[in-house]
Amino acid sequence: MKSYLSVRNLNVRLKSGPVILRSVSLDVAAGQVHGLVGESGAGKSMIGKAVLGTLPRALEISSGEIWLDGTNLLTLSPAERRRRIGVTAALIPQDPLTALNPSKRIGPQITRRLVDILGWTKADAEARARELLDEVHIPNPDRVMRSYPHELSGGMRQRILIASAFAAEPKLIIADEPTTALDVTVQKQILRLINEMQTRHGTALLFVTHDLGVVSKVCDTLSVLYAGKVIEDARMHRFFMRPIHPYSRALLAATPTYTDPTGSLTPVPDAVIATVEEEVRLHDMRAGT
Amino acid sequence: MRDAREDVKRPIGLRLWLSGGWLTLLVLAAVFAPLIAPKDPLMQDLFLGRMPPFWMDGTEPGYLLGTDSLGRDVLSRILYGARLALIVALVAGTLTCIIGATLGLMAGYYRGWTDRVISRFVDIWMAFPPVLFAILLIAVLGPGLMSIIIAIVVIDWTRFARVIRAEAMSQGAMDYVASAQVAGRTRFGTMLTEILPNVLPTIVALLTLEMGIAVIVEAILSFVNLSISTDSPTWGGMIAEGRTSVHQAWWVLVFPLITLFLTVLSFSQLGEGLKDRFDPVLR
Repeated sequence: MKSYLSVRNLNVRLKSGPVILRSVSLDVAAGQVHGLVGESGAGKSMIGKAVLGTLPRALEISSGEIWLDGTNLLTLSPAERRRRIGVTAALIPQDPLTALNPSKRIGPQITRRLVDILGWTKADAEARARELLDEVHIPNPDRVMRSYPHELSGGMRQRILIASAFAAEPKLIIADEPTTALDVTVQKQILRLINEMQTRHGTALLFVTHDLGVVSKVCDTLSVLYAGKVIEDARMHRFFMRPIHPYSRALLAATPTYTDPTGSLTPVPDAVIATVEEEVRLHDMRAGT
Repeated sequence: MRDAREDVKRPIGLRLWLSGGWLTLLVLAAVFAPLIAPKDPLMQDLFLGRMPPFWMDGTEPGYLLGTDSLGRDVLSRILYGARLALIVALVAGTLTCIIGATLGLMAGYYRGWTDRVISRFVDIWMAFPPVLFAILLIAVLGPGLMSIIIAIVVIDWTRFARVIRAEAMSQGAMDYVASAQVAGRTRFGTMLTEILPNVLPTIVALLTLEMGIAVIVEAILSFVNLSISTDSPTWGGMIAEGRTSVHQAWWVLVFPLITLFLTVLSFSQLGEGLKDRFDPVLR
């Protein structure tokens, strides 16, 4: 299957030295959902940020390739790159509370991209926004479009962000922990919604999360990340049936089950951590850093 | 979708009314000073020196707030003094705001070397003692309206730069800024459309505060006789003259002082009130 986003040997580090991503390679096929799991600090979000060109200023891409729809983004000029990303990719951010501009009404924030990049007329863009809000099950779209972000709940804002991510029909959407900031009941609805939208629009989705339970529900393939290194790359079904890497196995074993409320939580064993740490060390030696 | 806050009618703040009212009054006084001033503010009458205000004994009709030691009408001088005070407040305040806020916005949003250059410059600038700096400047430029305005701008732009920089930095870290960039906005465009509207409430509050400060600085400069020529009445000048005869004629000192106090207070209160109105979350 042709991959829409292909990251090849991506190395990202702090300008002051420490390595953040270690030769990361991953592929997201057109219309597929690829999960990116790992502990906090493993560099999951940084991959998304590197692709979208929103890495924090203290970080730099030291080597690697990011192919988006057949173009290596890293060979483009910054302006050209920004335009290319704007047309083909979008982001569903982690925190719906800070992801909308507090001083602007919802409507213009959804239509912005359509007007700016695709050159739609304002009326067309607004009609489209209304349609999208309807698609994400927001009652009374007209009223919501006239609202300010603070007038809406967190779940509502996340729905709006999902609508606006899909607005310009991007081929790739990066969802950066889209449910982490929400409470559990809303999480489930939002997951279902993302899944529904992804299927309907046939968008490739890179789904960043630390929650294996979430991954099992929405993803087709996944990469497990540890300390900025891809530990295992697998199809969903195979991963849950026969995880290969000991770290993956330990991670799966550590997932709490609701069927056995008395059972205690299993931590990832120290021996397994030692194994992955050793792999990371070996990788760094080979890379000569 | 709409919450209860919607149903609560926010009363128009007393603060906004009082401060706005006082400043409106002052603007009217300044504009129509020649029409409403009971006397010529420069006319001396040595036989009518140190006349007390209207409610005391031994007053002279027509001099509501009394006269100074040269027999000039205190009320008329305060009204004419409002002209200079307000011109300085508006012009110096606005210029300071434009220069300081622009630099602060750039430093806080672009960060990197832009920030380093601007911030170090601000640090160095702030190390000069401000009043001394102003006096020095006017000594070089020569007294006059332009000199006062330049002095205030030169001293105070750093206040804006500092505060707006911090504000722009915290806004710049928000996700909606990243979203705007993913949506293909240029950095400059993002600064204007995403950051600026969100620091605007702070800019407005600072601007009015700065106008109050400008009035004070002008008064200080008049007090040390470095303002505009001595024959146009200024509040600071009146306070300086009143100081020498405070035991015999307190009103010469107290009335311009109260006017100055109320004006500066009104500016800062107006700022706070407007900030609340401009803020979409508090609105």
